[in-house]
Amino acid sequence: MPDDSERLLALVADCLREGSTMAIVGHGSKVRYGAPDGEVRLSTSEHSGIVDYRPEELVVTALAGTSLADLTSELAEQGQILPFDPPRYGGVGTLGGAVASGLSGPARPWRGSVRDAVLGVEIVNGRGQRLRFGGSVMKNVAGYDVSRLMTGAWGTLGVILSASVRLLPAPESEETFCRACSAAEAGELNRRWARAPLPITGTCHVGGVLHVRLSGSAMGVASARDEMGLRETGDPDIWAAARDHGHAFFETDGTVTRLTLPRGCRFDDESALIEWAGCQAWLHGEPEDLPDGTQATVLMPGERTQRRPAADAATAKYTARIKDAFDPHGIFNPGMNG
Amino acid sequence: MSNTRVLERLEAGLPAGGLVTGEHAVRPFETDGLTAIRETPWAVALPEDVEQVRTVLGICREHGVPVVTRGAGTGLSGGARPLKNGVLLALTKMNRIKEVDLDACTATVEPGVTNLAISQAVREHGLYYAPDPSSQLACSIGGNVAENSGGVHCLKYGLTVHNVTGLVVQTFEGDELVIGGKGLELPGFDLLAVMMGSEGMLGVVTEVTVKLLPLPTAKRVLLGSFDDVEDAGRAVGAIIAEGIIPAGLEMMDNPSIRAAEDFAAAGYPRDAAAILLCELDGTGDEVEHDAARVRTVLESHGAVVRVAVEEAEQERLWKGRKSAFPAMGRIAPDYYCMDGTIPRGELAGVLLCIGRLADEAGLQVANVFHAGDGNLHPLILFDANEGDQLERAETLGGRILELCVEVGGTVTGEHGVGVEKLDQMCVQFNDAELAQFHALKAAFDPAGLMNPGKAIPTLARCSELGGMHVHHGRLPHPELERF
Repeated sequence: MPDDSERLLALVADCLREGSTMAIVGHGSKVRYGAPDGEVRLSTSEHSGIVDYRPEELVVTALAGTSLADLTSELAEQGQILPFDPPRYGGVGTLGGAVASGLSGPARPWRGSVRDAVLGVEIVNGRGQRLRFGGSVMKNVAGYDVSRLMTGAWGTLGVILSASVRLLPAPESEETFCRACSAAEAGELNRRWARAPLPITGTCHVGGVLHVRLSGSAMGVASARDEMGLRETGDPDIWAAARDHGHAFFETDGTVTRLTLPRGCRFDDESALIEWAGCQAWLHGEPEDLPDGTQATVLMPGERTQRRPAADAATAKYTARIKDAFDPHGIFNPGMNG
Repeated sequence: MSNTRVLERLEAGLPAGGLVTGEHAVRPFETDGLTAIRETPWAVALPEDVEQVRTVLGICREHGVPVVTRGAGTGLSGGARPLKNGVLLALTKMNRIKEVDLDACTATVEPGVTNLAISQAVREHGLYYAPDPSSQLACSIGGNVAENSGGVHCLKYGLTVHNVTGLVVQTFEGDELVIGGKGLELPGFDLLAVMMGSEGMLGVVTEVTVKLLPLPTAKRVLLGSFDDVEDAGRAVGAIIAEGIIPAGLEMMDNPSIRAAEDFAAAGYPRDAAAILLCELDGTGDEVEHDAARVRTVLESHGAVVRVAVEEAEQERLWKGRKSAFPAMGRIAPDYYCMDGTIPRGELAGVLLCIGRLADEAGLQVANVFHAGDGNLHPLILFDANEGDQLERAETLGGRILELCVEVGGTVTGEHGVGVEKLDQMCVQFNDAELAQFHALKAAFDPAGLMNPGKAIPTLARCSELGGMHVHHGRLPHPELERF
């Protein structure tokens, strides 16, 4: 297992000494979300390997540069999965990148997000110190939850050296169904299904078709299918395609916007790709107006990611102070939105 | 300005009877669930809405008065222990359920609403709030946020952090932070996660939005009785390896079994070395199917198995487990509850070691274990009126927590650090890590007046403790400051 942490620590120390900034990258697969501006490039990709994996504990600890492909195939051998099923744009991506971006896959509303699964991290902070927070146990309230603060901070608070994440057993059976319906009808179905204990692990409405994935025991999947009135079998590849932006919807050189919407909200744009039981939607171009409580992330080719609406004054004030608490000299990933 | 004047201002900012002062009147507030630690608060403020909370914080900010926030006072680590020069901000009167959104499956409530009241309010809609700490009848949702509370169903349904989607927080500086809402993600840093389990150190939670889940339509509870604790521990790993995530998976050792059985007549086998309680939930056929699989696993590890199908019998089995703590009150005048978490696979070794440490200390320990998530509650039995038993219990408790850290676990799974586990934090974290915690605290509360002295030990304290550890492995004066 190549442990590159000494070199990474030395790089941070160099930057601190020389007053330069650094751009932290793994496989560079999330460049669509904007690349950091730092003067020194710090790549975690040589810092890779599984540190500890005991399947009966439902936890894996791996170095940041561990490729998601390697990690998921190791887990698959033991019949386990990453619950957050992170995107692998272009087929690549690292565990560190998945944690730093906090981007979750199609099962997010049912199996939880990246931050839900993160149990512990080892980081280098902006003082060049190697620190450990959390651990490899599920329940842990010793100290503030820095592990989850690192999740989705896009490397602006520190370099993630390793992470421990919670796992789930792979389901015995997983089936995809589809049903032609409008986005509004799909929304109605999603709201109705949310009120019953059903083994849903994915919904995706695109091009007038609602795709639904059910996971669990073969018996549970079959009875839920009947209860939900799902008759037509769908294409199971839709999930990875939506997750990794391999779906035809994402074949564009223009701007794409990601919306995260409140649960149960009525959003029925027929031209959008809508996942997560209506809580995540992708649009071409920039939205004109947003439903209440909705966040937009605008991904413009070659530009920085833009967030709308912008953070309110109070949130911005404490966000800046937290950044300062971890990275007082502002060396990590300048330009990235934490 | 005189102290009297500050009290007058506080009184004017609160409704009639909203400010409690005077030694006798404040007595009910001197302690939380960790009753060994007491302090008389200078004044107790009982605001009824967010504006009154802001008023109290504003006056305290102006006069440099520290504030300790308190929910229902059921915390087990002294996190809500008041200060004799501070205001205790008790939020029990803020107990309104503001909104239940059936489309979103969320409830938005004030912090003083009890955990159970949320589930009761939405039951008619076939929904419930999943985290269920044993104190759920009394504990408040605001307190649950402060401690990131768990319960017996965490393995499948997660902790408070997994079930709260929005918060409104008042900071000591007078800002209102609206964090998240009904959505699945929030922009920017995950302030929601930072607030969870922050023990009232960063701000005052004045509104909580929780996720509601559909009630499962079927449930089975299996009771497995073992002649050997190690077999029970291995059976836990085997159930997980089978790919089953039980809703609840609890283990009790023989002293706990006997105490609980005497107290609750739950139908536990008094002579078993250990029992496992396994709850499965979901839909009819599936639960039936999984129950058969778990039964096979338990039996192949030497267990005698009983399956409770009827709700009354299931409740009886759970009642024994949930009354394990009060049951201890019958067999010893005092008990001291530990809260370490360990990797499940270390259980058998840790239990052996706890037994050895208990013998050395001349005290008895009963163990209840959230086996599914590795959270261990050793209950140290003692009599505070007998010689140095309290001291020995504290020392033993400290050693047990250090043992949890040694095997890769943590000193607190769900009860929080409070004032109780400050010394053990020095074992789990080094100076740079503690300094990082202090820096994060200062980002929210630069004046350091929100619940000062709790949750994160000072570096000075750890350095003193470190010095003494080298010589003795235990403190020469355990009565000083730490408890």
